[in-house]
Amino acid sequence: MEPTRQARAGTPWWRGRGLVIGVPYGWLLLFFLAPFLIVAKYSVSEMGDIRVEDLFTWADGALKVAVKFANYVLVTTDGLYRNAYLASLKYALVTTLCCLFIGYPFAYFMARAKASLQPTLLMLVMLPFWTSFLLRVYAWKGLLDDGGWVANAIIGLHLDKALLAMGLIETPGQLMHTTFSLLIGMTYTYLPFMILPLYANLSKMDLRLLEAASDLGATPWVAFWRVTVPLSKAGIIAGSMLVFIPCVGEYVTPELLGGPSTLMIGRVIWDENFSNNDPPVASAIAVVLVLLIVVPLALFNRYQTQAEEAAK
Amino acid sequence: MNTSADNAKFLQIQDVVKDFAGYKAVNNVSLDIAKGEIFALLGSSGCGKTTLLRMLAGFETPTSGRIVLNGQDLAGIPPYDRPLNMMFQSYALFPHLTVWDNIAFGLRREKWAKDKVAERVEAMLKLVQLGKFGKRKPHQLSGGQQQRVALARSLAKQPQLLLLDEPLGALDKKLREETQIELVNIIHGVGVTCVMVTHDQEEAMTMTSRIAVMSEGRFLQVGSPAEIYETPATRFVADFIGNVNLMDGKVTVDEPDHVVIACADCRHYVGHGITGTLGMPVTVALRPEKITLQREKPADDFNAVAGTIQELSYFGATTVYRVKLASGQVLAVSMANTERQREDQFQRGDAVWATWPPQAHVVLTH
Repeated sequence: MEPTRQARAGTPWWRGRGLVIGVPYGWLLLFFLAPFLIVAKYSVSEMGDIRVEDLFTWADGALKVAVKFANYVLVTTDGLYRNAYLASLKYALVTTLCCLFIGYPFAYFMARAKASLQPTLLMLVMLPFWTSFLLRVYAWKGLLDDGGWVANAIIGLHLDKALLAMGLIETPGQLMHTTFSLLIGMTYTYLPFMILPLYANLSKMDLRLLEAASDLGATPWVAFWRVTVPLSKAGIIAGSMLVFIPCVGEYVTPELLGGPSTLMIGRVIWDENFSNNDPPVASAIAVVLVLLIVVPLALFNRYQTQAEEAAK
Repeated sequence: MNTSADNAKFLQIQDVVKDFAGYKAVNNVSLDIAKGEIFALLGSSGCGKTTLLRMLAGFETPTSGRIVLNGQDLAGIPPYDRPLNMMFQSYALFPHLTVWDNIAFGLRREKWAKDKVAERVEAMLKLVQLGKFGKRKPHQLSGGQQQRVALARSLAKQPQLLLLDEPLGALDKKLREETQIELVNIIHGVGVTCVMVTHDQEEAMTMTSRIAVMSEGRFLQVGSPAEIYETPATRFVADFIGNVNLMDGKVTVDEPDHVVIACADCRHYVGHGITGTLGMPVTVALRPEKITLQREKPADDFNAVAGTIQELSYFGATTVYRVKLASGQVLAVSMANTERQREDQFQRGDAVWATWPPQAHVVLTH
């Protein structure tokens, strides 16, 4: 163990491991961090006639730095933005829960299926990725619009009354452009991102633990809640993050399947940028969005790591 | 209810068969185990011992036959309702629970009151001498400690029957030897009836009161360790348990009080009668430790053979000599090193005579 480590330490960083890790880091630096910094710069800039003005101006031998926080004040105080943020978090959360409730049993039975059957099941989960995302969302439009199969089935079974009672649609028989159609679309789109990490986790589980639970008097139901679920915590967290984070900033699905009542923050950013022609405000919204997601997740991650360290 | 007859048949395995798609993993075995007994199912991997244990636990259903525990037929009773507990191979401790919660797991399933659970768990921790380790997670313990947690967990519910699947298999040799005795003491202290599965004959011999030697789904012999060692019923059992020299021969003298068996290298005088006929082919089994070496030709013609020491292995307490006989067969001889410095020690290449007493043999007729 030790000699190889020393040998590794001896090789220069641009070879071997350093290179393998360095390339994706370089990519992220270039195409994530740099654009983000540009957006951050925009968010504290003044809007000129047609261009965003520079932060730094050099005139008469004096360097002036103009950092405008008004965008942030606007974004955090105006009810429109606050509601859009809250709506985004709410829809992302509900979508995550829907994906979890549908995806967990799916991943569970996939992981417990015959070993020879599992590659096929796994492929079926990923099969939708082979067709265009836009096409798939459009397909839902066809299914949920007046006269669509799914719409007819729901109305035929009088389930629209239940959806109405839950506040997911506004008028009976009208399924498109509602909270319902938005959630269906987002759940459908992100379901594989929940299933795959859960499957990876559940298929690794030591099944003797379930036998041990059974031997100690746990019925299959109790063993599931007391053993399987706690042991799949890492998969649940990973799947939930993979669904929740992109859902918050989702633009395409709400645009195509959502309605006037489902204004999400992605749409607001678009409007500020292209309709209002105000990139600084759009940038401020984007920065707040990132902070809103990154800060709690970073804290959570640190707590997780600490908990694991403490356990060791 | 608790008559001695009932106690002798505390666990009854009756004509049990387990058929896996045409392959009989367990092939019609029957066995009675007495209350308080520690019983071993001994055999190499694939002999069906684990399948039989899993049928006792309820993880496999017998294809036919009955398993009766304390008068109750276990057929149709799921594992979680059986009054028995199992200590799994490599323990299967719940990694997300502390030692304390692992032991309490079974008690909580029975809806014990909180203080009763605490009392019982503490008692179990004390029993296995892990009092200070209750708050740890399993991965923070050594292999020996994990083994004791597994034992405590399987004893916590006071099962009528304790099943042990290769209980010491995951421990290294030194720890295994120490743990054998400790485990037996704990099991006897608790007084629970115990069936263990092992492939390690030494483990089976030191820990248990009776052993069933299994091969290809059947019991070859059931008996106490001494019975199985000293009077193996078949060639397989003699060969499987300990080291043995096997010599094929024919019965040339068949008297009620003795027989003579002629083999390639020597003639055996066996000091007891056998159930066989004159001229019948038999196998003589001779344990290495029952043979002694000497340099002079013995007076008696029987039970002696000349050979050359081909190899010797010094083990400290004993030395094992491998003596090559005229026919080419190699005889293993184990002699205790009772003196520190033997004058005239046997060396490789020495010509020697090996002798053994008339009671040393086991004559195997099949």
